[in-house]
Amino acid sequence: MDMLRVKNAGFRYQAENGEVEAFRNITFSVPQGQFLSIVGPSGCGKSTLLSLIAGLLPRTSGTVEIGGEEAKGISPHIGYMLQRDNLLEWRTIWDNVLFGLEIRRAISDETIKRTEELLRTYGLYEFRNKYPRQLSGGMRQRVALIRTLAAGPDILLLDEAFSALDFQTRLTVTDDVYRILKAEKVTMLMVTHDIPEAVAMGDAVLILSARPAYVKEIYPIVFDEDRSPLSCRSDPRFSQYFSHIWKELREDEEVK
Amino acid sequence: MKKSNNIPLSSERAVWLRQQKKRRISIKAWQWGLLIGLMVLWELAATLNWIDAFLVSQPSRIVGTLLNTSKNGLLTHIGVTLYETLTGFFLGVIFGLSISVLCWWSPFVSRVAEPYLVVLNSLPKIALGPVIILIAGAGTKAIIFMALAISLIVTVLEMLSGFHHTDAEIIKMAQTFGASRKQVLSTIVLPANLPTLFNSLKINIGLSLVGVIAGEFLVSKAGLGYLIVYGGQVFQMDLVMASVLILAAVAALMYQGVSFCQKLVSKRFGA
Repeated sequence: MDMLRVKNAGFRYQAENGEVEAFRNITFSVPQGQFLSIVGPSGCGKSTLLSLIAGLLPRTSGTVEIGGEEAKGISPHIGYMLQRDNLLEWRTIWDNVLFGLEIRRAISDETIKRTEELLRTYGLYEFRNKYPRQLSGGMRQRVALIRTLAAGPDILLLDEAFSALDFQTRLTVTDDVYRILKAEKVTMLMVTHDIPEAVAMGDAVLILSARPAYVKEIYPIVFDEDRSPLSCRSDPRFSQYFSHIWKELREDEEVK
Repeated sequence: MKKSNNIPLSSERAVWLRQQKKRRISIKAWQWGLLIGLMVLWELAATLNWIDAFLVSQPSRIVGTLLNTSKNGLLTHIGVTLYETLTGFFLGVIFGLSISVLCWWSPFVSRVAEPYLVVLNSLPKIALGPVIILIAGAGTKAIIFMALAISLIVTVLEMLSGFHHTDAEIIKMAQTFGASRKQVLSTIVLPANLPTLFNSLKINIGLSLVGVIAGEFLVSKAGLGYLIVYGGQVFQMDLVMASVLILAAVAALMYQGVSFCQKLVSKRFGA
């Protein structure tokens, strides 16, 4: 079953110096539990696309279906991870992971139990009374992920979610997050400018054109069943995927 | 840094620690020494007639005046000034905070108010003195009003700038959970700006005192500002100097009070 279905989505907005068409006729779908990476030339509106799916921006045309139902406004089925962890420094880890539930007024015995479970599973339970600045960058990112998962999303949008981390932390955190998300059976959509990361995590890579963006290609990525983002980097197929996507992207950069 | 019990300090570390301690002591010694030295010099200069003690007073005469005035109601004067300052200060904080929240809430209101705030900020509020006295009457109310007028606009500008500089990505994070504007305000913008608030409070203490003293110069029957003006009029510079000294102590104490509150609040929020 397709968890997310985007049909003919388009977005235009008014700027000081005229109307800008960010993208047109975007159509794709993501099956339940799959991971779709989105890459595209810089400035093509990749992040705007995520904001649109999340309902943070009003789309000007087309439809977005989540779990078979058309989405209107900010959908409670969607979780969103931004570039930085955005933890609130004045709250403990526990109060940070409850933040989403608090905003949605969804704190109950059941959600508290689920959140505790998440913290336990991912090794953060002992740190629940600490403050964010007492944790390492990788741990903070995990806290941010648990904050998002605690709200029980069916679809997770990752907006360059690891780009603020240094390279080494990034590799381990990517592995971590991938494991967590696959275990929780969340459907994922990740925007990134990092092609290796897109290949390492994705079940498919969607390539966007330059602005106004359209879908150039949805490229399936196939590795062994038990792959991890780190292990598949040494698979011979990895570099094939990389060079294919790189070629597609460069074409667009050159036209520009 | 805590010393560890089982690992012996390296000799370099011991030397460094000793130097640090010496430096701290030396700074304190200089701070007190300078004060005492100046007082002694002042006293000496006055006694040896290098300076005219009638015009600039001298420490022993200030102490004498303080003891003398404390018999005839010095505490009342301090109390009056303190009351006016604190009332003006709290009113300034409450109104300033409310106006800045309103401006943050509605960008339209904020844009409309901008030129007014800028002009009012640069205007010397003391110039409004006669108007304030006419409206509020020649008394305590006018003085509190003056303190409020001086501290209000600065609070609004300071807080509003803090609100507008709240991390946009954190706000976006809250919005992805569907946070309303009210929730963004209470869970993010306000707590994120606690440091801004305390900075603004520290500035406001000084400003409220300026307002109160200026107000007391214009209209009053009691207060430290009144004592200063009175002392000046009857050529009793000892009284003027004594009042200024008390004023300095009051300002320092209030500043310490705000610092103390800041520490308490920071502890509560783990910062």
